[in-house]
Amino acid sequence: MKRILVLVVFASIILHGLHAADDAGLDDSLQSSFGLLVSKSFSDKAAAIRDIAASGNPHSIRVLSSLLDGNLYFHKKNQSMILVSATTTKEYEIFDLLTGKLIETRSKKELRKRYKKVVINNKLRGLLNEKLATLTIFSEDKSTRLTSVRNILKTLNPSAVKLLRDAITQETDQDVKELMRICIAVFDARSEIPEIQLAAINTLSGSLYPEARTVLEQLKTTQFDRTGADSPLLQAVNSSLQAIELKAGVYKQVENIFFGLSLGSVLLLAAVGLAITFGVMGVINMAHGEMLMLGAYTTFVVQQLMPNSIEYSLFVAIPAAFVVTGLAGIGIERGIIRYLYGRPLETLLATFGLSLVLQQLVRSVFSPLNRSVVTPQWMSGSFEFNPVLSLTYNRMYIVVFALLVLFGLLWLLKKTSFGLQLRAVTQNRVMAKAMGIRTDRVDALAFGLGSGIAGIGGVALSQLTNVGPNLGQAYIVDSFMVVVFGGVGNLWGTFFGAMILGIANKFLEPVMGAVFAKILVLVFIILFIQKYPRGMFALKGRAAEG
Amino acid sequence: MMKYKPFIFRLLETDQGGRYFMSILLALIVLVLVCNLVVPESSSFHIPTYAVTLIGKYLTYALLAISLDLVWGYLGILSLGHGAFFGLGGYAMGMYLMRQIGDRGVYGHPVLPDFMVFLDYEVLPWFWYGFDHFWFAVLMVLLVPGMLAFVFGWLAFRSRVTGVYLSIITQALTYALMLAFFQNNLGFGGNNGLTDFKDILGFDLRSDKTRVALFVCSALALLLGYLACRFIVLSRLGSLIMAIRDSEGRVRALGYRDEYYKLFVFVVAAMLAGIAGALYVPQVGIINPGEFSPINSIEMVIWVAMGGRGTLYGAALGAVAVNFAKTYFTAVAPEVWLFILGGLFVGVTLFLPRGIVGAVQNIRGMYRNSSEAGISQEAARK
Repeated sequence: MKRILVLVVFASIILHGLHAADDAGLDDSLQSSFGLLVSKSFSDKAAAIRDIAASGNPHSIRVLSSLLDGNLYFHKKNQSMILVSATTTKEYEIFDLLTGKLIETRSKKELRKRYKKVVINNKLRGLLNEKLATLTIFSEDKSTRLTSVRNILKTLNPSAVKLLRDAITQETDQDVKELMRICIAVFDARSEIPEIQLAAINTLSGSLYPEARTVLEQLKTTQFDRTGADSPLLQAVNSSLQAIELKAGVYKQVENIFFGLSLGSVLLLAAVGLAITFGVMGVINMAHGEMLMLGAYTTFVVQQLMPNSIEYSLFVAIPAAFVVTGLAGIGIERGIIRYLYGRPLETLLATFGLSLVLQQLVRSVFSPLNRSVVTPQWMSGSFEFNPVLSLTYNRMYIVVFALLVLFGLLWLLKKTSFGLQLRAVTQNRVMAKAMGIRTDRVDALAFGLGSGIAGIGGVALSQLTNVGPNLGQAYIVDSFMVVVFGGVGNLWGTFFGAMILGIANKFLEPVMGAVFAKILVLVFIILFIQKYPRGMFALKGRAAEG
Repeated sequence: MMKYKPFIFRLLETDQGGRYFMSILLALIVLVLVCNLVVPESSSFHIPTYAVTLIGKYLTYALLAISLDLVWGYLGILSLGHGAFFGLGGYAMGMYLMRQIGDRGVYGHPVLPDFMVFLDYEVLPWFWYGFDHFWFAVLMVLLVPGMLAFVFGWLAFRSRVTGVYLSIITQALTYALMLAFFQNNLGFGGNNGLTDFKDILGFDLRSDKTRVALFVCSALALLLGYLACRFIVLSRLGSLIMAIRDSEGRVRALGYRDEYYKLFVFVVAAMLAGIAGALYVPQVGIINPGEFSPINSIEMVIWVAMGGRGTLYGAALGAVAVNFAKTYFTAVAPEVWLFILGGLFVGVTLFLPRGIVGAVQNIRGMYRNSSEAGISQEAARK
């Protein structure tokens, strides 16, 4: 664990250092210290470390931390410093220490032959830790300071905490200062002096860092054993813990809402096309889920075609999926559904058969196993709001994307002539036809549009789950529920239906388990349509009598 | 000419296909019995017992298809959740068979079935009480699907949920049941379901005699089920439900409370499906939550569509034909089966809107080439 942390700090420092690496003016001072560093004497090395720490050079943090990690080597002949990191157990990447450029990749044996490691002992390690902590805590970069304090919070090294007490007086940034206060308080909570302890416990009240909670819970058990139930210290501990739990509970709910919104967004993308086709033609396309699946597989294929630019693959995949599934939708409408016009139940059966064929087709072409779609760098990771609440980027993007699609569709329906025709056919097909609207063309295009949206929904879904032949099936019943719940012919109905069902699912899940949550939602919908047989946002008046 | 005719003849008087169906079914019973029990094993006319059980399974499917046809073909409700009733009937029978195992399970517990021992149950859950009696299980086979159909239908028909909405909700119903029965803590064996049955009413389930007896029971149930449906269809209630199918609004305007009639037929169909499930389970030896999966229910619909909806014998024919094809193809080329099934859905709806029966009638109509034939059939369809 500690190693990973060090690596993380190290990596962030390298990244930071690389940007600053160009100004070479200060490097001379480092070079002279390097001369001492290659010496065999540990006291020479200690002097070098002190020099480097005092130099104020932007590279000094990187040099010292790599020295601490044992990654610092020097060339046996010209004594120039290099940085080595192991990529695998056999291969080592060798970087130039100051510029950060990759020089070569060597096997372990060749590395030993040409370069020599800068050896350090425990005393030097202590010195390095101290100097590094000082350097990072007083660093000018805020994120370096934050990481540094966070690491101190994890180790709670007494000398480091002492350093913190100095640093907090000079700290100007509120976030860093707050973290420093928590860190000192966690340390002080284990103090022997009751007053300090009490103050620390009060400081920790409502803090969301897991360390704060752990130390308070430890105190609770030890204090209870020592002083009994009604010591003021224990009361303080209890109230602080309560504050923490309250706050954590609130953020847990926020997280649930976020998960619900992201689930709702997926449902929205899946259901909106269904709502359109159902609204226009009164038929339910059971192969709609397979359009999601086709969209997801299109993403997979696009990524296979452009393996070197995965970062941009989604921008290609979205239009590609729209075109592929849109054409498939138009094909279904022209090939099957138009012959079944006026027989919605038969349409349901025929499209269901089609979904079986499509599933089996995908199984035959791509194998029945799940395919993994790569998530681009810019979509992975998460935004850490606070220690308990972190929102993953891919879900955030999906929420945004779903909203964009929704507004795009609203624009299409309200502002274009195709949208006008679509709405006209939805409201009264015969009258629309009498007005000269080519209803069969509108049918085909509406089907293509609905399927196309499901396709880009599939692209979004491929970023959340595995891509397999049964992908669509898992979402089809839920999408129907959204349509039934939200009503037909109004996109806002679909929007609210999807979001409410998504959030309801995520809130019920922790209480009663995922499956029973789903069952409860289904039962709720069955009861809901008792009262509102046409959904929340039903068309009113004559249009309702379809 | 008010000469007395036996009830059964009155039922089949106008039903030529039904008469064929009855004759074939009776002939099948005799044929299977003779070929299995009398013809020696060495003869090529001998029907092995596994085949008898297979045919018995098809017959339970046929009964299920008839019950679905009553709902879809005559009442006009496309139920995509008919498998729920079949499955519940099957589970009720499975629970009886489970209790019959007694202490002969793998764990040898005197009271609890194996899966309960495995899942650390202390006592038998209350809803398992009574299932050691056969009569109680039979009652439940009828009551549980019937009650579910009643509650669901009462809610759905009263608020006038119709058409595609209703179909989707029925699908949601069976989907919800599937999810629930997959849960281990529901007390029905989780995803393994109920299996490892030993005997029924004291007869060993693995013995050939019991299996043949079960086949005969299935055939008789199908026969009686057919007659019961035929009776409903021919009665005044039957005329009414067909009127509901063709124009629900008019029936309502004439002053009928259509939801009651719909509810009655729906419940009867659910009970028939429950019986089919109860006969299915001892023959295949297992019931698991997969029976509730939406795809199963929708497959049943294609049996009916394939055979010809609105003709009870057509539904039975379709069930046997499709399942025979399924058994054949899943053995020969499993990956092709879904293509075929999917193709059937599309092909039947596009090219055989009245199923095999309808196609045969059309061909015969062409032969006769006269004005009076076929028209009445056409009028019965919508």
